[in-house]
Amino acid sequence: MIRHLSAIACFLLLALPARAAVDIQTVTSPGGITAWLVQEENIPFTAIEIRFRGGSSLDPVGKEGAVNLMTALIEEGAGDLDAQGFARARDDLAASFRFSSDIDTVAISAQFLTENRDQAIDLLHLALTEPRFDPDAVERVRGQVLAGLRSDEKDPASIANRLFRQQAFPGHPYAHDGSGTLETVPALTVEDLRAAHAASIARDRLFVAASGDISAQDLGLLLDRLFADLPATGAALPGRVEPALTGGITVQEFPGPQSLLLFGHSGIKRDDPDFFAATILNEVLGGGRFSARLMTEIREKRGLTYGIGTSLMGYDNAEVVVGQTRVANASTAEAVDLIRKEWARIETEGITEAELQATKTYLTGAYPLRFDGNGPLATIMVNMQLIGLPPDYPKTRNDKVNAVTIEDVRRVAARLYHADDLRFIIVGQPEGVASTN
Amino acid sequence: MKPFPGLALIAACLLAVPAQAAENVTDFTLDNGLQVVVIEDHRAPVVVQMVWYRVGAADEAPGKSGIAHFLEHLMFKGTDEIGPGEFSSIVEAQGGNDNAFTSWDYTAYFQRVAADRLDLMMKLESDRMSDLRLAEEDVLTERDVILEERNQRTDSNPGALLGEQMRAAQFLNHPYGIPIIGWRHEMEQLSKDDAKDFYRRHYAPNNAVLVVAGDVTPDQVRDMAQRHYGPIPAATDLAPRARVTEPPQLSERRLTLSDPRVSEPYVSRSYLAPERDPGDQKTAAALTILAELLGGNGTTSVLARALQFDQQKAVYAAAFYDGSSVDDTTFNFVVVPTPDTTLPQVEEALDAALTAFLETGPDPEDLARIKTQIRAADIYARDDADGLARRYGEALANGLTIDDVRQWPEILGAVTADDIMAAARLVLDRRKSVTGYLQREEAAQ
Repeated sequence: MIRHLSAIACFLLLALPARAAVDIQTVTSPGGITAWLVQEENIPFTAIEIRFRGGSSLDPVGKEGAVNLMTALIEEGAGDLDAQGFARARDDLAASFRFSSDIDTVAISAQFLTENRDQAIDLLHLALTEPRFDPDAVERVRGQVLAGLRSDEKDPASIANRLFRQQAFPGHPYAHDGSGTLETVPALTVEDLRAAHAASIARDRLFVAASGDISAQDLGLLLDRLFADLPATGAALPGRVEPALTGGITVQEFPGPQSLLLFGHSGIKRDDPDFFAATILNEVLGGGRFSARLMTEIREKRGLTYGIGTSLMGYDNAEVVVGQTRVANASTAEAVDLIRKEWARIETEGITEAELQATKTYLTGAYPLRFDGNGPLATIMVNMQLIGLPPDYPKTRNDKVNAVTIEDVRRVAARLYHADDLRFIIVGQPEGVASTN
Repeated sequence: MKPFPGLALIAACLLAVPAQAAENVTDFTLDNGLQVVVIEDHRAPVVVQMVWYRVGAADEAPGKSGIAHFLEHLMFKGTDEIGPGEFSSIVEAQGGNDNAFTSWDYTAYFQRVAADRLDLMMKLESDRMSDLRLAEEDVLTERDVILEERNQRTDSNPGALLGEQMRAAQFLNHPYGIPIIGWRHEMEQLSKDDAKDFYRRHYAPNNAVLVVAGDVTPDQVRDMAQRHYGPIPAATDLAPRARVTEPPQLSERRLTLSDPRVSEPYVSRSYLAPERDPGDQKTAAALTILAELLGGNGTTSVLARALQFDQQKAVYAAAFYDGSSVDDTTFNFVVVPTPDTTLPQVEEALDAALTAFLETGPDPEDLARIKTQIRAADIYARDDADGLARRYGEALANGLTIDDVRQWPEILGAVTADDIMAAARLVLDRRKSVTGYLQREEAAQ
């Protein structure tokens, strides 16, 4: 039992993390592949984070779920190793490889010991370049994906997210679940998986960061060993999409004691000059902390929920402000009213000078705490690259937060928040609320 | 692979194989009985402070289920020096994060801050060790919060409901059968006096462990701890943990939970199993490796190979064992069948695989591979000072010693195939098991 959970995964706050003191090197391999590195020799292992931009948004229409299934199969047999052989080889080295995909990226997280680094890299290279897609492995993993999709149909959060995506991004790949659907996944063929591999695993969309016991020179050699023989280019990336959400309520009936509320509207781009002001506003309105306005009004004063939070969600091609909470069915109407009221209050009044100062102190104080080990450091650095930040960003970030003025936040609050545009997706058996349009 | 919500979480916990004591750990005890552990990691200017109380949900009085967890929430509602909610506000103003968690055996509070703010964190945490003040209205509002927490975590989740019912069936007599969050009808009656009473009985320096991990030296911690926690008097009336024991289980127990919210039915199985004891961790070590062998790896484990690869009757098969417990704990299996396999069929396949394992024993290569990973886990674990703090705090709160924690990796490394088979025969006895079916409501009709 944990006392509070941030209601929303805050990878949104876009992990602009980095300790101000952190020393990021940029490394270019002999073959011309670049990566960011923090060399840290205390512990004899290295964490490496690899991203290929595109992810499941590259799925062709009717083939939704191809990139996801392909990614799940990368480790299920490669070269002369079948799934069992590959897993044994990896575990004999005590290396860990995680392959995953989301709407914007294919992600690989690897950790390996210094003592057998070359062997681990060769094995990872084999998986990246020669996945087998054996028919028995395809069917086994397809079964797992389908089980997950069926579970999603009985999961209030998944149901709400699906409705939100469909309303926000009609006609764009973002409207779909990256895992595909119960219609598309059964029809995917090995050819589709090979096409998904060719579309998404290529050097023109590659981002790499490493942290740990490795020199810049060794990392350069490693980069060529891993990536030099990948195809130069992959499939065209999708274009931008403006969220099409409109103000109103969508209710989806689902049995249970609570209703899940997902609410939001258009957001703000990560490279917008007003992004830091927006970050401060989001902390004040819906940060996971107890002093945040929504947490204060809905949990601390009234005990209506275990948690509520909002995020500035930034995808590669769209931005939304989104929040989530769960309340008893009988409290749903009250919660909707309170959320709308707080939305309107910050839209029209902004925040107070005291809130601005307290939030600056929090954000700038919390910043250096994110550097907590090789794994987190590598993740932070690869995310910085994906959102286009320079390697010296950690040295300037707190100054940018501190430069935000009360006038900035008031102006940005009026620009960002629009109570009338809020769309609520409600999954449950809410009392006193009904779908509008 | 698309993980099952919930199941994947359990798997992730299990994979955290313990590490050797290569970390830099110091320990000492203050005159008032507060045990202190310092884990040095000077790579980043960050520190985590954790205070673990040796009291949890299994120490609650009959009829007061949930009070340990309720008190954990109320510990943020103010003291003689600070107001409700101010604790977290002060931590946040320093850029820090704080939270707390409750188990059957312990209740723990932590803050993660810049290393130069540790003194303030100790001032705050020591203040609420002895001077909690509660207002009636805050207590009632917070009781609504924990009821919504139960709604969210348990009552909205058929898998959690099955787990709750299975524990209640597994532990006939021991309080491990009562949910940490509490039974709803008892939670609804919990009062301010219940919380104050529980606080008075159990919160004291001689019933707590302070763990500090990060960019700090033992001397600094000793000085600060002496100043902030040192003046708090030891409780003189601290009752020893008087836990009841289970009667012998003579017959297996079975139950079925049907719910319209179930998508993927599954079979869950639990067996009573011994835990890690001070100076006696060998059986628990063998069980830890047994769980890894049987179901710790989604590809190469005994159950994954038999049920997912060879027979293709399951989409997921896993085993779980966590020896961190004051009293006897459980050894668990979960198997999710493929759509064309029934629950009885997949249960039969599970039992057949276990029977075969009991006859043939572990594959020497499998065992060697797991040992390799255990040794490497030591290296990877040193990357995570917070994780090490939790490892020491939990063990000490459960009655183990620093030496027990230090020796654990070595004991794991020394486990033989014979040890594993002896432990397997001890635990995997259907007469000492509970089997639960989670199924869709329509299937029950």
